[in-house]
Amino acid sequence: MKRALFLSVLCLGSAGPAFAAVGAELPGYQVVVDLTNRASLQRGAKYFVNYCMGCHSLQYSRYSRIGEDLGLDMQMVADNLIFNGRRVSERMEISMSQDDAERWFGAKPPDLSMLARQKGATYIYQYLMTFYIDEDRPWGVNNWRFPFTTMPHVLWREQGLQRAEWEEVDNGNGSKPVITGLTLETPGLKTPEEYEQLVVDLTSFLVYVSEPARLTRESVGTWVLLFLLILGGFAYFLKREYWKDVH
Amino acid sequence: MKSLFEGLIGWIDARFPLMQLWNDHLAKYYAPKNFNFWYFFGSLALLVLVIQIITGIFLTMHYKPDAELAFASLEYIRRDVPLGWLIQYMHSTGASFFFIVVYLHMFRGIMYGSFKAPRELIWLLGMFLYMTLMAEAFMGYLLPWGNMSYWGAQVIVNLFSTIPWVGPDIAIWLRGDFAISDATLTRFFALHVSAIPLALLALVALHIMALHEVGSNNPDGIEIKEHKDADGKPLDGVPFHPYYTVKDIWGSVAFLFLFALVVFFAPEMGGYFLEPDNFTPANPLLTPEHIVPVWYFTPFYSVLRAIPDPQFGALAMLLSILVLFFLPWIDRNPVRSVRYRSLLYKINLGVFVVTFAALGYLGFNPPTPLYSELALRFSEWYFLFFIALWFFSRPRRNMERLLTLVVVLGLISLYDVVRVEPGHGMLVFLGWLMPAVFVAVMVFGSGIEKLGRDLPVPDRLTE
Repeated sequence: MKRALFLSVLCLGSAGPAFAAVGAELPGYQVVVDLTNRASLQRGAKYFVNYCMGCHSLQYSRYSRIGEDLGLDMQMVADNLIFNGRRVSERMEISMSQDDAERWFGAKPPDLSMLARQKGATYIYQYLMTFYIDEDRPWGVNNWRFPFTTMPHVLWREQGLQRAEWEEVDNGNGSKPVITGLTLETPGLKTPEEYEQLVVDLTSFLVYVSEPARLTRESVGTWVLLFLLILGGFAYFLKREYWKDVH
Repeated sequence: MKSLFEGLIGWIDARFPLMQLWNDHLAKYYAPKNFNFWYFFGSLALLVLVIQIITGIFLTMHYKPDAELAFASLEYIRRDVPLGWLIQYMHSTGASFFFIVVYLHMFRGIMYGSFKAPRELIWLLGMFLYMTLMAEAFMGYLLPWGNMSYWGAQVIVNLFSTIPWVGPDIAIWLRGDFAISDATLTRFFALHVSAIPLALLALVALHIMALHEVGSNNPDGIEIKEHKDADGKPLDGVPFHPYYTVKDIWGSVAFLFLFALVVFFAPEMGGYFLEPDNFTPANPLLTPEHIVPVWYFTPFYSVLRAIPDPQFGALAMLLSILVLFFLPWIDRNPVRSVRYRSLLYKINLGVFVVTFAALGYLGFNPPTPLYSELALRFSEWYFLFFIALWFFSRPRRNMERLLTLVVVLGLISLYDVVRVEPGHGMLVFLGWLMPAVFVAVMVFGSGIEKLGRDLPVPDRLTE
């Protein structure tokens, strides 16, 4: 009885800050995702299999589906997107064992097929844009959007390394250092504009892969609405015709 | 010579009351001719039920009721099953639209006094339908096995453990386990796809039979059966078919247009129809930041949270639903329609709409001190709606007015005195003004001719 009451109280109240380890939105970083830009989605797929798929699977997605949706023939998919000998009809799983991953990184790298639907495009974009140098962290980097992330900055060679600018801010209960911005300390292989495009491509790809139906859903919907509009017109005039003699 | 069709009908009629059913329920069922916008929602509820059953059957073909497979199977429905995404979004959107339609349908019944004699049984059957629908929606919500599914079910099942003495055992019996698990998922699946839909269909049949026995109410709240022509047909009635069948077809297409807008362009509806935290698999070790039920339960969830004590909170929530059952015996005023009720009644009804929406909003948001206080006050307004309905049942003497004022405000103030904590006095006092002003306006207003007097009801329909 006591235990049940305690459990229900636990569940009824807010879940508590122990689980709220996610940082806040960063208004300075905004992204526009354009799923009609097929070249961007193709580049996003390329970046994903090259940089992310060592650790992150897309377990609900199949290589062939991505090929069909992004206009790549199956030979291109097999040659350019698959590095572990799988067939194009297979799901996009990874070879790294979960136990190893947990030992190496402290946490299992999550499957990313649903990430965009769970966290939103802005989160992904902000996360990939805001790694900064932090010598106290195991991989030498920390993240502004997701503080204390266990992921290394995989794209550091492309972006270069950023350093955070801190400021003491008084939040009412004493002052606390807060990040005000990031500056590029070591330039990477790409210019900041090129790197941002890379992140936009990756974000768009993850948005697409979280809901592949979205590529067709709205165009199908337009036809359905058009049909209902015409049917509605007929239905309305039929109703009016019948009701002419009432009242 | 009789045509082939007439011959076939005759053959069936000799063996089954086909034409009799057709006439009793459609061609010779006379409905008032003045149905307005609000009268679409009965047939629309039936339409959504059909959509849910058909899409549900197709989902069942691909879904795996297994804690290991459920989440993935739903994802494969959206990705690999041809048009699976459409079926799944129709079903998930249909759940929300079901409640939108049912809430508007219930509000129609309250507004035009459709629950009053001789239609009490229609209302009661409707309330049983509503509760069955809540059970159906709740169990269906667990099936995607997302993290919000899991924790939402955890919270709701835990409500049963607040029942004195037997509660914890009931909760275990419902779950089939000590926590939400595979056992819970499989039994919820069984209930969601067979037992509860069967109950829904049976109740719908009874609801319609009861309606067609006494005839439909209308926006004027006047019995059309009291004025009949020489053939015994109501003067202000029209046969349901073809008049209301063609009208409901038009209503259904307009409804489907809005439905398709959501299904194709916003199936998540900004996180209200499909919650972001449900796109990650159930995880007993990871509580979502805010556990919230889907929007259609949040008004009652607010009532639950308004009282900090879990047992009394659960009791208040139960009462907030149960009180609706007793509506025909609470509001005894002979005037049915809002059109001929007093100004105070109209204010009371308007406040109730605001209250329900506010409770819904508060239930969706984390309980800050201000929001908790507001949730309590709106919960009080929720129950005061019914007390005011009872109070307006007949003209009241001054003694009754005084007694109502003292008892109602006394109880509310007593609870405030007991619960008030140091530092929150101002918030509680300002909050107290909400029920106090409401009760004062209703009780004293009823003595003022312009505010409290119902209007004369015409003899025949006005339009």
